[in-house]
Amino acid sequence: MSLRIVVCVKYVPDATGDRHFAEDLTTDRDAVDGLLSELDEYAVEQALQIAENADDAEVTVLTVGPEDASDALRKALSMGADKGVHVEDDDLHGTDAIGTSLVIAKAIEKTGYDLVICGMASTDGTMGVLPALLAERLGVPQVTLLSEVSVEDGKITGRRDGDSATEQLEAALPAVASVTDQSGEARYPSFKGIMAAKKKPVESLDLDDLDIEAEEVGLDGAWTKVEDATARPARTAGTVVKDEGEGGKQLAEFLAGQKFI
Amino acid sequence: MAEVLVYVDHVDGAVRKPTLELLTLARRIGEPVAVHLGAGADTAAATLAEYGAVKVLAADAPEFADYLVVPKVDALQAACDAASADGSPAAVLLPSSAEGKEIAARLALRLGSGIITDAVDLEAGDEGPVATQSVFAAAFTTKSRVSKGTPVITVKPNSAAPEAAPAAGTVEQLPVSFGELATGTKVVSRKERESTGRPELTEAAIVVSGGRGVGGAENFNVVEALADSLGAAVGASRAAVDAGWYPHSSQVGQTGKTVSPQLYVAAGISGAIQHRAGMQTSKTIVAVNKDAEAPIFDLVDYGVVGDLFEVVPQLTEEVTARKG
Repeated sequence: MSLRIVVCVKYVPDATGDRHFAEDLTTDRDAVDGLLSELDEYAVEQALQIAENADDAEVTVLTVGPEDASDALRKALSMGADKGVHVEDDDLHGTDAIGTSLVIAKAIEKTGYDLVICGMASTDGTMGVLPALLAERLGVPQVTLLSEVSVEDGKITGRRDGDSATEQLEAALPAVASVTDQSGEARYPSFKGIMAAKKKPVESLDLDDLDIEAEEVGLDGAWTKVEDATARPARTAGTVVKDEGEGGKQLAEFLAGQKFI
Repeated sequence: MAEVLVYVDHVDGAVRKPTLELLTLARRIGEPVAVHLGAGADTAAATLAEYGAVKVLAADAPEFADYLVVPKVDALQAACDAASADGSPAAVLLPSSAEGKEIAARLALRLGSGIITDAVDLEAGDEGPVATQSVFAAAFTTKSRVSKGTPVITVKPNSAAPEAAPAAGTVEQLPVSFGELATGTKVVSRKERESTGRPELTEAAIVVSGGRGVGGAENFNVVEALADSLGAAVGASRAAVDAGWYPHSSQVGQTGKTVSPQLYVAAGISGAIQHRAGMQTSKTIVAVNKDAEAPIFDLVDYGVVGDLFEVVPQLTEEVTARKG
């Protein structure tokens, strides 16, 4: 039987750009160019490797986001994923992590899955909670923050480099996994891959398709509220000196003045 | 007064510093009740009481160590159900560790509550606790609150100075029944990270980090020597970690640890956005880099343009001499 892998990816504002907030205190997605979250590339890579090692597997990439988010799907498809699912609905604007997990969980169930793979966090919100939320919603094991992962005989195993220990994990499929940026460099799309991606199917879903009411999601449906966002004041320019042989001593003098030594 | 549940991060009853910070913050909102899972509750209770825990809810079972995350969610959910005072718990606070955030997420979903992660400060507000977060690589500061259910909030290390405030700290057993999902992910083996003998990176008052300019694993002793003279933790930039010069557990930056020490020393680090995201909120920043144009110099309180292999050893020697 075919191994059905769903990779969750996010279209995020480029982290090297000048990111800021829109008037309603949601992430301004117009000001800065978007792209596939770098950390999700690792998830796509591991999904492709697992699929390559399986007898028969299909990799679906799934995103929730505005129209432009299809760029993220296209990138993942050009890396080698087989098909895409794009959940897009105007009522989704401003949805929080809990609401997003509802949308993704429903879309995953609709798509069908044996294994869900996520990146370790998005590069914009950076919460890193979505894989755990998905596992809770789907009622399947959570095998997260893996630096090494393999799937064999209906089981997923992997190495989790946790806060204070390294753990070896094991769970039966179906399961939700997440992989870190230590799991292995993501491949670059080949020219052939880019051309092929244009012909790969992308299914479009909206909230109706997923039986989700508009009130359950969006800014008004969020269970958290951002009340204020202020730009951090630029750090006041400090002293920069050129080392003329006494640089270490000058630095020590500064640190002593600040009572660090 | 409403209770505030605080998840205890500990190693066999030795309470880690972020938990003391959580207890300190919890007192701004209500009465801290510590939730201690695993062995060592009686040892931990003394420390937890000293920092203001009126009660310590304790549960010990092999499941907490043998299976990932979910048994701890079951226990915290039981603790929420057991909260005795009116309107309790007023919030659940956990450390913003990888595991802390995952526990928080699942708990929030079960409670039908909103979740806030990576708070750097917490105050009482008219409509519940208000959390301060540092976002977009610390370019913005936001204030947020949970608008539905019991606020579940994870707090970053070094967000508050722990203040002693002795309370009863009475240990009570917390009955926990594990659900079907609890045993879903087996921890087949666990290897504790070897202690470097230095402070924990995320908890340290001073952090000394090395980057691409260090030039090789064998040169990191220059960075380590300075760290040891200052009693500091050692960090590394992504470039240094990707090159295999220093372990990933020491990486400072967007995909590594976020640190917010009193003093951050960057040696041979250019200061790419990915790195700045992890250290920009440090109180005082100093840097040594041979490139005068390196973006790190935009952040520093004091910078030296020069060869780190000249400047850093001289600094180490000077620090050692001054400390006598």
